[in-house]
Amino acid sequence: MKTMSRLLAATMFVAGLAGAAHAKTFVYCSEGSPEGFDPAPYAAGTTFDASSKPVYNRLAEFERGTTNVIPGLAESWDISEDGTVYTFHLRKGVKFHTTEYFTPTRDFNADDVIFSFQRQNDKNDPWYSYAGGTWEYWNGMDMPNLVKSIEKVDDYTVKMTLTAANAPMLANLAMDFASILSKEYADKLAAEGKQSDLNQLPVGTGPFQFVAYEKDAVIRYQAFGDYWRGKQKIDDLVFAITPDASVRAQKLKAGECQLMPYPNPADVQAMQSDDSIQLMSQAGLNIGYLAYNVLAKPFDDVRVRKALNMAINKKAIIDAVFQGTGQAAKNPIPPTMWSYNDKVQDDPYDPEAAKKLLAEAGVKDLSMKVWAMPVSRPYNPNARRMAELIQADFAAVGVKVEIVSYEWAEYLKRSQDKERDGAVLMGWTGDNGDPDNFLAVLLGCAGVGGSNRANWCNEEFNNLVVKASKVSDVAERTKLYEDAQVVFKREAPWATIAHSTTYVPMSKAVIDYKVDPLGSYRFDGVDLAE
Amino acid sequence: MFGFILRRLGLLIPTFIGVSLVAFFFIRLLPGDPVLLMAGERGISPARYAELMSRFGFDLPLWRQFLSYFNSLLHGDFGTSISTKKPIFTEFFTLFPATLELSFCAVIFAVVLGVPAGVIAAVKRNSWFDHTAMATALVGYSMPIFWWALLLIIVFSGMLGWTPVSGRISLTFFFPKVTGFMLIDSLLSGKAGAFRSAASHLILPTIVLGTIPLAVIARQTRSAMLEVLGEDYIRTAKAKGLSPFRVVAVHALRNALIPVITTIGLQIGVLMAGAILTETIFSWPGIGKWMVDSIFRRDYPAVQGGLVLIALIVMAVNLVVDMLYGLVNPKIRHQR
Repeated sequence: MKTMSRLLAATMFVAGLAGAAHAKTFVYCSEGSPEGFDPAPYAAGTTFDASSKPVYNRLAEFERGTTNVIPGLAESWDISEDGTVYTFHLRKGVKFHTTEYFTPTRDFNADDVIFSFQRQNDKNDPWYSYAGGTWEYWNGMDMPNLVKSIEKVDDYTVKMTLTAANAPMLANLAMDFASILSKEYADKLAAEGKQSDLNQLPVGTGPFQFVAYEKDAVIRYQAFGDYWRGKQKIDDLVFAITPDASVRAQKLKAGECQLMPYPNPADVQAMQSDDSIQLMSQAGLNIGYLAYNVLAKPFDDVRVRKALNMAINKKAIIDAVFQGTGQAAKNPIPPTMWSYNDKVQDDPYDPEAAKKLLAEAGVKDLSMKVWAMPVSRPYNPNARRMAELIQADFAAVGVKVEIVSYEWAEYLKRSQDKERDGAVLMGWTGDNGDPDNFLAVLLGCAGVGGSNRANWCNEEFNNLVVKASKVSDVAERTKLYEDAQVVFKREAPWATIAHSTTYVPMSKAVIDYKVDPLGSYRFDGVDLAE
Repeated sequence: MFGFILRRLGLLIPTFIGVSLVAFFFIRLLPGDPVLLMAGERGISPARYAELMSRFGFDLPLWRQFLSYFNSLLHGDFGTSISTKKPIFTEFFTLFPATLELSFCAVIFAVVLGVPAGVIAAVKRNSWFDHTAMATALVGYSMPIFWWALLLIIVFSGMLGWTPVSGRISLTFFFPKVTGFMLIDSLLSGKAGAFRSAASHLILPTIVLGTIPLAVIARQTRSAMLEVLGEDYIRTAKAKGLSPFRVVAVHALRNALIPVITTIGLQIGVLMAGAILTETIFSWPGIGKWMVDSIFRRDYPAVQGGLVLIALIVMAVNLVVDMLYGLVNPKIRHQR
């Protein structure tokens, strides 16, 4: 019976496709399969691109093509004087998707908000364990410690109380894990004993509604007619899962899809001269760096760290490792992020000065380890090669380098060790566009022995960053972060190496696509030329 | 024959136990664990780490983990994937038809071209055909699958536009899965052009996956044929005045086929390995790609469950090959 009804629905869908003479179908050659369609248990961008971006909305959202936080399902919000109470005024008349497997009987309201957050926060919530209880980002963003309570005031008002003022909270709530699901749908699934469907057959309020997923092959969506921001210009959105980058490029050329993510750096040049392809680019919201262990001798001496920074030829690294698709970094945050301090002077590439500074610090015949990550990441496409270049640069100033590497999970664990021997190549991609997400996470005192791989705890820097997270005035925060970057550069716990450039190749027929600085691929607002 | 099958079936039990042990320990031998990998660059607090490890049962002593896993296996429960949170059995058999369809086509391709090529090469030994065929086989055998696949895509899909680049069927076709075999489902869908589309999507992956088995089968057939052609009974058959075709096709080939069938059976393992790369390149939604993803994520239940299921399938195939073998060669049937 189920097969029969699916068959019928599918037939109707295809008939619908054929019927609408000019149905616009946008095909995206995605790079991998989503782990599920409920974004909250997961941490992978691939999963978010297929779930939260097309299907759901959040209270606050990122404006397309920027990291600005704009109202989403919350029309507006008030923040108390002390910054600890957020009152959200919810939008009225927002519809959930009507699909083959669910017909909503009511509009979006405060119950949906409470449900979406409580299931991640409350270990006794019946939905806490349904997807393994991982709730990656809720925990990763430290929400259990930041949020004291979430209450429904009335159907269209929700009050969130924090344990302390936290300015990045709004940006956190614009992240994928904070997507709003339908409580009515969840209740129905619970009653039928089909909880796992919440993760397989999603229902949201977003611009596209889910139609079908053929595992590892195709995901189909259609534009949601009652979308509260208005129906999308494209009618059907299809993800053709294509793991190999060269094959994605061939499919784009052959017209089998209209847009692809993550081209091979080597293919980018050929695409630039291809008439059928338009290539958009944007500085990625990331940083690749070399973190010294400032707790270990002689790296506790700022002169040694400065000297090594001056020995690194970043231009050669950008050419060889990024094949030109990157830019040299001087600050720990990328230039597209607000509060980026462009007045900071980078340590110049000057091996002679480096030698002198090392001599001044009394360091002779230094041997050290440089850790090279075993995986490729946008902020560091080839860490082994990068380590070799650094090895040669350091040799030129009389420092002997041994390159070490471990399997990725092991690398992640061992590199956090406070006793770690050597400087480690690492990097970071921003989650929410807030400077706190880089400066506090990667360099704050709380991260020592964890995500602060330099084990650098500088009181002056830490005070600035902590203070900036407590005030909500953006101008004031900007000033504090700018000062923090000056302290960072002076103390040099890292060699800042590069920010990668994201290239997005697409067909010439694609209209009004905006590259997301946060690194996701979203298709609301996009159109196709006839 | 019945006793022969029973003996073969009996052998499956220790093999099954061995495979489940290997699958269980193999993935745990790799450094790193799924929880650390999920946390990524951010890292994870020790308390949260311990909580998640115990949630997945990875904090228990290894022997207890093994016993509970083995016990579940005996009850037909292959576990639940850590990443997708779905039962392994469902995941596996959603994807398996795609791999089976592709492997089946690849074997057919390899046999249909490989056996005749080997026979002709043997009969016309040292001819230009022999040399060309064997040199081509050597090249085919040594070619990296990745490179070969991309080359075919660039030429036949990119430059000539004869075949689609990747996938199983054109995205304009959308019908529910019935059997999971696209060739059959496309026919059942009754949509004009669906079967043609599915078939055209199979061409390049079939060639890529079938290339190595084709080379091996051609070479094996040739050497087996050469051996048989030198036998006394072939000379006798020729002396009787039988037509050369009959001598080769009936007398020689039948006997030469025994080692060839063994080779074909052994190629099933090779196909599984080749499928991993072929499926990745051609975006083919099969188990090869799924296994690789699971290994990278250290999805222990998926890897161990998947390996056991693959092993069961390979064992079943080998059992069938053994039986065929027994049919072709009565000597083997009667061995004690």
